[in-house]
Amino acid sequence: MQLPPALHARLAGAPGSAEPLPVERDPAAGTTPFSFAPRLVRFPREHDFFEDGDVQRHLYLQDVLTQVGGAPERPRVPEFTCQVAGCCQVFDALEDYEHHYHALHRNVCSFCKRAFPSGHLLDTHILEWHDSLFQILAERQDMYQCLVEGCTEKFRTSRDRKEHLVMRHLYPADFRFDKPRRSRGQDFAVDSRIIWRTDFSMGDFYKALSISPAVPGAAEQVLAEALGDDRAPSEGDAMEVCSEHVEPSPEPAGERRAYSHRIPSTICFGQGASRGFKSAKKRNKHQ
Amino acid sequence: MIFGEAEIQQFLRLAQRGTEEKEREGALVSLRRGLQCPETQQTFIRLEGSIRTLVGLLTSNQALLQLEAARCLHELSHSEQSAVVEACLPATSYLLTYLSGHSSDFIELCLYTLGNLIVESEAVRRQLLPQGIVPALAACIQSPHLTVLEALGYALSQLLQAKEAPEKIIPSVLGSTLPQHMLQLLQPGPKLNLGVAVEFAWCLHYIICSQVNNALLITQGALSTLGLLLLDLAGAVQRTEDAGLELLACPVLRCLSNLLTEAAAEAVGGQLQLRDERVVAALFILLQFLLQKQPSLLPEGLWLLNNLTANSPSFCTSLLSLDLIEPLLHLLSVSNVVSVLVLTVLCNVAEKGPAYCQRLWPGPLLSSLLDTLAFSDTEVVGQSLELLQLLFLYQPGAAQAFLQQSGLQALQRHEEVAQLQDRVHALQQTALHG
Repeated sequence: MQLPPALHARLAGAPGSAEPLPVERDPAAGTTPFSFAPRLVRFPREHDFFEDGDVQRHLYLQDVLTQVGGAPERPRVPEFTCQVAGCCQVFDALEDYEHHYHALHRNVCSFCKRAFPSGHLLDTHILEWHDSLFQILAERQDMYQCLVEGCTEKFRTSRDRKEHLVMRHLYPADFRFDKPRRSRGQDFAVDSRIIWRTDFSMGDFYKALSISPAVPGAAEQVLAEALGDDRAPSEGDAMEVCSEHVEPSPEPAGERRAYSHRIPSTICFGQGASRGFKSAKKRNKHQ
Repeated sequence: MIFGEAEIQQFLRLAQRGTEEKEREGALVSLRRGLQCPETQQTFIRLEGSIRTLVGLLTSNQALLQLEAARCLHELSHSEQSAVVEACLPATSYLLTYLSGHSSDFIELCLYTLGNLIVESEAVRRQLLPQGIVPALAACIQSPHLTVLEALGYALSQLLQAKEAPEKIIPSVLGSTLPQHMLQLLQPGPKLNLGVAVEFAWCLHYIICSQVNNALLITQGALSTLGLLLLDLAGAVQRTEDAGLELLACPVLRCLSNLLTEAAAEAVGGQLQLRDERVVAALFILLQFLLQKQPSLLPEGLWLLNNLTANSPSFCTSLLSLDLIEPLLHLLSVSNVVSVLVLTVLCNVAEKGPAYCQRLWPGPLLSSLLDTLAFSDTEVVGQSLELLQLLFLYQPGAAQAFLQQSGLQALQRHEEVAQLQDRVHALQQTALHG
């Protein structure tokens, strides 16, 4: 199929078109026994016309999908340790580290060290667990926001919200990222010098790590005790902090209102990842 | 690899309770290998607590275990057995939750898994919609990672292809920010990625051919974007030998063709895009490309040409002024379907009157028509007869020339064919008596 050479130039040229030739129809055109009339043609879903192209699309996808999901050969690098203070996970592939970092250090609550899969869930957690103003408001109005993105429903209690998640959104009743706070007053980051008490049943193994002790070493003791127990099956609380002790970031005494106390986003992956944390460490050392 | 119950239980126990991290990971890697096999998949899902354990590992605080657990789920998602696919239902709320995370590899895996589950099971789709898959995808589509976007496009395309999509899925997709983002990802330019564009072009196609609310897409600039993309494609086709371009050409041709049938298209037709004869130039460059690479897609290209020319004196004039009639005639020998479409386009031009027929004449048109009259396919011949009527009507001398080239004999062949005889006789009369 030979195309006129000027065509390629035309494509590269300016938009526009020539003046259309005058249209002049004879009423006899397309009359019986003839029937031609220009028609826009529309093909709906599933029309046979699409069969050939659909087959090609299917073959292409089969090709693509067989390449997905197998653990690809990751380039191995000399072993290195996670730079986040207190985390001693070791890696020999950058992609593994990336996932670890995003899963465990990116959206971490600076009060209780729980890690969350997204900023959205972290924000919700901080609000509901560590914000005293929230608690006050919640006594008078519906404050518990539905966790599903796009749903604007709010509820009086976290229990009501859970029911909504289960009934309306078909979420599992034991959805990991919707744990209710056990009791009032326990998790407030009011004054980091207060020691909180928690139960240490087996199921509360991870809960134990939510303590922000003022006494250094207390958390390690707690940890040691808890580790002695049979580690709770992974049906326990998920997305808790990694099981190493993490230094608490010191809070100014008497601060009641918790704003967004996330780990600052100055942590950048792969470069000076310890920036934000090292300074905290140094601060503690000098105290 | 076929594993029995005992082996699967052992792997799961090790993954859950092992002391060494590498050991736990290794157990899941082994399990995953087994799950590539349908028998192992069946055994796995029938084992009590297995999915629950896997979901527990998926949501554990050990990132690499999470990843391996996700890979196991991904293997299960490949199954063609609805029982296996539906066994994965407890995981879907977590897969959706993880879409708003940041680990691109993990998100990509979740998306492919979701896409696979969606294809195989209406039960899965029925759960995913109330779980908020549409807003989750709408948030995720803002990711800067191309691999994530391609995976998202895949998952979305599977969702849009579902048989219940026009009623249950497409309306909420259209109500979200997804269409705007999709169109953005189809903008031609240096940032256009072929793999990503292919997926979203197919998504658009499924939406458009479902005819739910195409007017909305037009107001969001779909015609304009797709028109520019067509130009870009034609440019790319000239530059490279890239084998993948027809994968993008197909849905783009379909989207444009269907959108042009919308009343709303008339309104935006005033925009230069739709009068721009570069579109015709681009289409012919693509037709040539398709003829070489994928002739089965020629009908789709010609479908667009029909919709461009049917009601447009401007585009019909472009066909003439750009000398595209002869290349068009070259396609007459490809197949019956292609021939009918070529003849239809020629009729679109001819029916606009004498000024157009004059430019179709003389040239190779007559001999091409005599050739098509020799076809046995009734539709091809029928369309040739329609074109002849128009030429006889508008072009003085056409009937004469036809007679001189033994046109009557060519017509005689079809005198007895039911669908053709009336038209054959009419033409014979006109040719002989004017």
